[in-house]
This record gives sequence, C-alpha cells and structure tokens, in this order.
Amino acid sequence: MRSPFVRGMVHGVPIGLGYLSVSFGIGIKAVALGLPVWGTVLISLTNLTSAGQAAGIEIIAAAGTLVEMLLTQLIINLRYALMGFSLSQKLDDRFTTSRRLLVSFGITDEVYAVAISQPGRLTPAYMLGMILPSWVGWGAGTLLGAVAGNLLPAAVTAAMGLVLYGMFLAIIIPPARKDSRVLLVVLLAAAFSVVCKYALPFISGGFAVIISALLASLVGALFFPVAEEVEA
Amino acid sequence: MSLLIYIAVMAGVTYLIRMVPFTLFRRQIKSRFVRSLLYYLPYAVLSAMTIPAIFYATGDFTTAIVGTVVALVLAYFNQPLIVVALAAALAAFLTGLVL
Repeated sequence: MRSPFVRGMVHGVPIGLGYLSVSFGIGIKAVALGLPVWGTVLISLTNLTSAGQAAGIEIIAAAGTLVEMLLTQLIINLRYALMGFSLSQKLDDRFTTSRRLLVSFGITDEVYAVAISQPGRLTPAYMLGMILPSWVGWGAGTLLGAVAGNLLPAAVTAAMGLVLYGMFLAIIIPPARKDSRVLLVVLLAAAFSVVCKYALPFISGGFAVIISALLASLVGALFFPVAEEVEA
Repeated sequence: MSLLIYIAVMAGVTYLIRMVPFTLFRRQIKSRFVRSLLYYLPYAVLSAMTIPAIFYATGDFTTAIVGTVVALVLAYFNQPLIVVALAAALAAFLTGLVL
C-alpha cells in the first residue's frame, strides 16, 4: 500500500510534465512582451494558473491599471472558487485550517479534475503530493521558456499552443464518454461559448467562459440532477 | 508602476479566490440541485475554455484542427494527459511541415 503522499506524487508528475510544456509557452510570451525573466518566473510561482497569467502578462505589458488587473484575475479565475467549493465537500477530517490554507494555493483545473475523480475522501498528504510536482513543473517550464524560448523555431512554439487545450480535452472526454449527461453539458458549454465568440463578441473571453459554463451546468442540474450519493 | 505591485495583486486575488471557499466552507451541501451544479461545472468550464479557442491556438486553422482531432481520439481512448497534450502539439507541428 503506497502512502497517500506518494500516490499523490504519482498522479501529480504527469500533470507537472504537462505543465512544463504549457508554462514554456507562458515564459516565451512574457519575455516577448518585455517582462524580465525573474518577474516571469515569480508570476508562475505565485499564481499557478494558465489563463489568468496569460491575461495578467498582457496587462502588465500594456501598463494597465491595477483595477483592470484585479477584475480580470477575478473573472478568469473565478472557476477556482467553484472548484474549491466542490472539493470542500470531499475533504478528510485531517484537513485543518492551516492545511486548507496551504492546499488551496494549488487548486488548478487538472489537480481539481484528478482529485474530484478519486474514490473516497481527500487527505492533505495526497493533495500536497499531487500539487508539489505540478508547481515545480509550472515554474521550471516558465523559466525554460523565458530563457530559451527564443531559440526554438516559430513552428514549434506555435504547435505548443495546443498543449494546454489538449490537456483540457484529456480531462473532459473520458467522463463525457462514460456519462451521457456530462457529454450533453460539455457540448452545451462549447455551443454557448461559440455563440458568445461569434454572435456576442462584446462579451470578453473571461465572461464568456463563465456565462457558457454556468448556463450549461444549470441545464444539467435542472434536467439531469445527479444521484444523492455522488461519491463513496 | 512597479512589476512587483502588479504581481502582488495578481497573486493575491488568485489566491483569495482559491482559498476562501476551500477553507471557510465546512458543512456538506444537502441540496441536490447545488450538488448537481458543482458536479457539472468544472467540465463545462474546461469545455467553454477549449471551444472555440483551440482552433486559434496555433495561429493556423488546419494545423489546429488536425491537433484537435488527434487529441479527441486519444482522449476518447483514455490516454494519459501528457500523451494527449503532446500528441496534439506534435500532430499540429507535423501538419505544419507538410503544408
């Protein structure tokens, strides 16, 4: 029987490797926009989020206001609040306040998706085991991208743009295949997102994601409520 | 404006969003509706983030679509995250070479 921490590491290392390539792109982008290497890496180590950082870097490069930064981060990253809320329902008693304060820093899309699909309750050791390699991978990839990104051919960096979305698909497709209700919600969210992008272009990207996801999930919750016992 | 102030705001907001619900919320939700909403929401968020953005991710529709199809097929057959992600990028790269 492996310890929960090691089991977490086993689940976290693939996430960290995936992050290595995604954050590589973030590093390239930030330096191309004129940010220093140390600042780029510091952003990754303190934020640990793809979409929020990509938007934040653009605001810094454009010398935007702090209010704009605050609102943009709030909107783009609001999904983490929902994920944190959802995970809070699944925590083991060993989650004291200080452990919650620590582990909450590492809630990302991938960490959430893996954690929520685990049978039974989540322990702090398991969560920390999963978060540590993902954090290291995110920081290391950013550093590599910031320092060496310009050395790569443009065709490679362009193709790397798919890594993040490839990961998202790898997270949503297997449950959608197993559960047709999830499939329906996923398709609805995609359809709403397409409508926002092409028919309602005045809605910013961050808002479009929140509106589309909320509408699709509402349809799912209203018409296909899940059974009382969601987890073991 | 100092870069450090920007980073502090970014990191502070992002941390608070993650920390507050995870740390302060202690009781189990009884409402079947809310539980259902929380069950569906993460998948819906990732889906809305991916579509249609994935088609613009490489700067070229053809390479992006090839990469997307490869990712969909591999994900359908339950391949690990890293395999799906890198295969999608590799497929897009190779398609770019051929074009």
